[in-house]
Amino acid sequence: MTRLPRWADIVLTPLLSLVLAFAISALVILAIGENPWTALRTMVTGALGSSYGWGFTLYYATNFIFTALAVAVASHAGLFNIGAEGQATLGGLGVALVALALPWPHWGVALPAAMIGAALFGAAWAFIPAILQAKRGSHIVITTIMFNFIAAALLNYVLVNLMRPAGSMDPASARFPDSTRLPKLTDLAAGVGVEWGKNTPANITFLIAVAACVVVWLLIWRTRLGYEIRSFGRSERAARYAGISPVRITVVAMMISGALAGLMAVNNVMGEAERLLLNSVEGAGFIGIAVALMGRNHPFGILLAALLFGFLYQGGGELALWTSIPRELITVIQALVILFTGSLDNMVRMPLERLWGRR
Amino acid sequence: MTLGVEHRPGPAEGPGSRTGVPAPLPAPGPAIELRGISKAFGPVQANKDIDLTVARGSIHGIVGENGAGKSTLMSILYGFYRPDAGTIRIGGREIAITDSQTAIRAGIGMVFQHFKLVPNFTVLENVILGAEDGPWLRRSLSRARGELQRLAADYDLQVDPDRPVETLSVGHQQRVEILKALYRQAEILILDEPTGVLTPAEADHLFRILGGLRDQGKTIVLITHKLREIMDITDTVSVMRRGEIVATMPTRDTSPEKLAEAMVGRKVLLDSGKTPAAPGPAVLDLRGLRMVDKDGVERLRGIDLTLRAGEILGLAGVSGNGQSALLEILGGYPEPGARVEGSLTLNGRPLPLTRTDAGARRDAGVGHIPEDRQAEGLIMDFAAWENTAFGYHDRARYGRGWLMDTGAMRAEAAAWMEQFDVRPRDPDLASRNFSGGNQQKLVVAREIENDPAVLLIGQPTRGVDIGAIEFIHRRIIALRDAGRAILLVSVELDEIMQLSDRIAVMFDGRIMGERLPGQTDAGELGLLMAGCDPATTRPQDGIPPEAAAPDRPAGQPSDAGPASPSPSKGII
Amino acid sequence: MDVATVIQILDSAVRLMTPLLLACLAGLFSERSGIFDIGLEGKMLMAAFASAAAAAVTGNVWIGLAAGVAGSLALSLIHGAASITFRGNQLISGVAINFLASGLTVLLGQTWFGLGGRTPALEGAARFAEWKLPFADRIAPVPVIGPLYSDVLSGHTPLVYAALLAVPATWWLLYRTRFGLRLRAVGENPASVDTAGVSVTRLRWTAIAITGLLTGLAGAYLATGLSAGFVKEMSAGRGYIALAALIFANWRPWRALGATFLFGLMEAVANRFPNIDLGPFTVPSMFMNALPYILTVIILAGFIGRATPPRAGGEPYVKER
Repeated sequence: MTRLPRWADIVLTPLLSLVLAFAISALVILAIGENPWTALRTMVTGALGSSYGWGFTLYYATNFIFTALAVAVASHAGLFNIGAEGQATLGGLGVALVALALPWPHWGVALPAAMIGAALFGAAWAFIPAILQAKRGSHIVITTIMFNFIAAALLNYVLVNLMRPAGSMDPASARFPDSTRLPKLTDLAAGVGVEWGKNTPANITFLIAVAACVVVWLLIWRTRLGYEIRSFGRSERAARYAGISPVRITVVAMMISGALAGLMAVNNVMGEAERLLLNSVEGAGFIGIAVALMGRNHPFGILLAALLFGFLYQGGGELALWTSIPRELITVIQALVILFTGSLDNMVRMPLERLWGRR
Repeated sequence: MTLGVEHRPGPAEGPGSRTGVPAPLPAPGPAIELRGISKAFGPVQANKDIDLTVARGSIHGIVGENGAGKSTLMSILYGFYRPDAGTIRIGGREIAITDSQTAIRAGIGMVFQHFKLVPNFTVLENVILGAEDGPWLRRSLSRARGELQRLAADYDLQVDPDRPVETLSVGHQQRVEILKALYRQAEILILDEPTGVLTPAEADHLFRILGGLRDQGKTIVLITHKLREIMDITDTVSVMRRGEIVATMPTRDTSPEKLAEAMVGRKVLLDSGKTPAAPGPAVLDLRGLRMVDKDGVERLRGIDLTLRAGEILGLAGVSGNGQSALLEILGGYPEPGARVEGSLTLNGRPLPLTRTDAGARRDAGVGHIPEDRQAEGLIMDFAAWENTAFGYHDRARYGRGWLMDTGAMRAEAAAWMEQFDVRPRDPDLASRNFSGGNQQKLVVAREIENDPAVLLIGQPTRGVDIGAIEFIHRRIIALRDAGRAILLVSVELDEIMQLSDRIAVMFDGRIMGERLPGQTDAGELGLLMAGCDPATTRPQDGIPPEAAAPDRPAGQPSDAGPASPSPSKGII
Repeated sequence: MDVATVIQILDSAVRLMTPLLLACLAGLFSERSGIFDIGLEGKMLMAAFASAAAAAVTGNVWIGLAAGVAGSLALSLIHGAASITFRGNQLISGVAINFLASGLTVLLGQTWFGLGGRTPALEGAARFAEWKLPFADRIAPVPVIGPLYSDVLSGHTPLVYAALLAVPATWWLLYRTRFGLRLRAVGENPASVDTAGVSVTRLRWTAIAITGLLTGLAGAYLATGLSAGFVKEMSAGRGYIALAALIFANWRPWRALGATFLFGLMEAVANRFPNIDLGPFTVPSMFMNALPYILTVIILAGFIGRATPPRAGGEPYVKER
């Protein structure tokens, strides 16, 4: 069997898969009687044409970076975490409890505390599927799916019965105190005298997300824990031989994964909504799967892919606003990206290998 | 008899119509005739211009080293691969074998090394699978039941048709494979390394069956790397080397030495430069080891072993008699869910037996070259330099704290690859891209260079080319001469005889006995491997029911109670 | 709780069981052939949309049914290409199919009908009529059996009876026919089938097609039997519950009937009594909604019985030497 050169495997196949996914998306747009070129222009202008568009693109990208890193860490341990959605939901609960618990003097104090809350709650929600997989052999894909549903029901209960302010009909928590308001990227830009992204939700969490990429890269490729996670992910038998405990790695990797997913809530709950809403994750946990697949589970690839999906998401909103294309188009594109980069990758790889074999 | 000309006269010359369906007419000419068969996988020429003729009603052996192209050739014959060039004649008629279905219709049956059975199906269901008589099962099953009874009587192939095959012994599972082929009216039966998983007694029984089949006019092709089997039962033999057939001759005109020479292409000096051992004090002491796996099966039934410094203890036995479980437990990672009891001491200090912590075991000084380098010893996707730290990645020389010093890992890998002559000398190459021998050298380098007090070795040369075998054997002996204690587990009796200073034989989770290499021979060890101690006076006492299973007629339950006598300890 | 309420709940349970049962049997065929399918949800959703759309346009529920099956089969085709032909990751393919259905149904629905992703409400011949079983009236007065027969069993749409008949049919196909033997073999050890000269690929494609057919029926029932038209995300996790039921049923047809009836019953009870008052505390409706998922986790954890999936499940078959 011919093997592809490394660069072709890492760059060419995902790129071709992406091109295929977008080509089919274009066909879908054509099929519903719209012009793909116009659609693309609307999306580019709306998402990247102004600092306003960028502000939203970066806000969405921040969510996706966290959930994709979550999927990637689990994936390096050979675990398919479909539960980032639920873990991010619980992360939101953690953020809200922290924000509402104390009279925070300054956001600089509230932020680390909220991060800890988000990470802890996300990790806790990943812990149960992890321990069931490690100790009882319950398939983590099914349990994490189930935990997404259970998380939604739990949050519904908490918001309706426990956290709803008296007299409010909204299934939502009280508004967080102003002292917990995170600086927006607009404010940071204004600090250096630049007017950028007015009225956009992009906030300081984006910088935390970029830092998280670096930390995850170090974790996976430079630490002993990362070495053990990757070993276990490639071969459980070999890991046992090498003295790496499958239970420990499954639990630790899933909790790191859950913590990363939970951290997303710092962006959307604390940075944007400033209160806890029902369904505030809005599918970002699932988009994380697509982003991680596209980024090949590498933090740098994830950063790029998250920006792409941030663009798609913001652009999709613009589409719904300016054309008659519903924003569900983005769900279709997302599905196609997952399909082509994650499952039909051999469709691209097999012809490429034949091409290389012939040379 | 000479090759490709003569028919062996037998009682069933011209296969009869046993089932009412007429079998293919006995066409003139040899059973198999291959002309100019070639097959390449990318740059690798697996088969090159192969000519082979096998006479009807004969047993033809094909020997060769791992990777010589034996299995590829037979896979071509069974329709798994299409040859790049060449013609195939079966019974004198040229045919194109495009898939297994064609091969089966041409009367070719294959018994693979790894059985192709559905574990939770009954024998009957396995036999009819793919050869049903129509869309409804009932008819197929009742016809197969009668047919199986007849085949069992004709060929001494008794097996209970209603047992799920997962409950059968390996020997019986192999019979099911043979029955499958015969049920499909195979006239040519190909067996790929059939004795690798059998005890000597089971192997003998298999050979009797094969002899019977031949006498009834069937043609048998036996692929093996064991020269003794070739000499024992084949009529003619071909030797393969590097994708080519280098010699074909009547078996009676050759000898094991000549065959070995033809296999490797030079005079074989199976000399590892071994001097007599100078055993020191006991290093590792194992007492009363028992293990019950998660399904409640007792896999180890009370094992006592002592390893002495400067000595190689060889552990012989047919695979699947508990050696793997023993190595895993000594290596510090008993099978999940297993219950382990017993005591283990290293230089007088007790080591925990039941806890799973292979890392702590390594820290205590127990190294381990595992039986399966690809599934355990290496992470195949890791670069060579990452694998040289595998299992020892906690050591301070790879950096303190959380971060690992990748520079140190690379430098060390480069040095070890030099010392152990690993080719290509590229630490960045992914481990799966090294050949089997070089992969094994990576593992051996890592385990020896970490200077263990005790080294556990499982199947050190499985799937390794002759050159690397010699190299690895020398290193093992050098480690012994440096005063380390070594436990060598191998299913290759020759390897055990060659390297060991003391030999223990394992059967059914027990040590059947210990012998000194100079005071025993393959025959005696073979009996021990079958669970039969030749030293006891009445042999029937020494044969536990498990070992007797192959000769038990069908219908009797084969999992008779575990009332086996306590084995003799031999000399310790 | 009086008898009438019990009968009502049981009747409702049978209705709610039907899509689960069809999807569960669909998953059974796929997984018994060695192909994991977490895309049941998406296929059901697509079938629900396609059947509602076709029924709304033509006014004929049978055309709707055919369209629903076609929609589901189209997604099966993608899953087959990914998991059989291109030996891709079956789990990821399933995830992608769920999103594809979720996006496409709204996209097409909005484009065609402009109702925010809904289809027009179905009436008359565009919906399945309820069938009265023979002698329902005459048996009705008989105590216990009467109401059970005439109120619980009788008076459902044809797809309910199709689902119930699919159970023995599946059992018979699986254990009494050549196809079933080969199907079970290919999910346990595909090499055994391959070396016997039978095509692994064709068997798996057949299984996946049956899966598509059955999820098509399940989705069509959702839109044209259980409700009157398509609503965004109307499958509402039923595909996952069916998957859970399949595990609960240990991949066996009769047990699938039991498992899906249990889950249907739980949903019926939750619908009837949103908050169950147990004196000192109240069981909130959210708990009842989450109960099937919680139960599945408990089952998966092996605290009730032990799930033994087909051995070759999830692994693409690559011919070895």
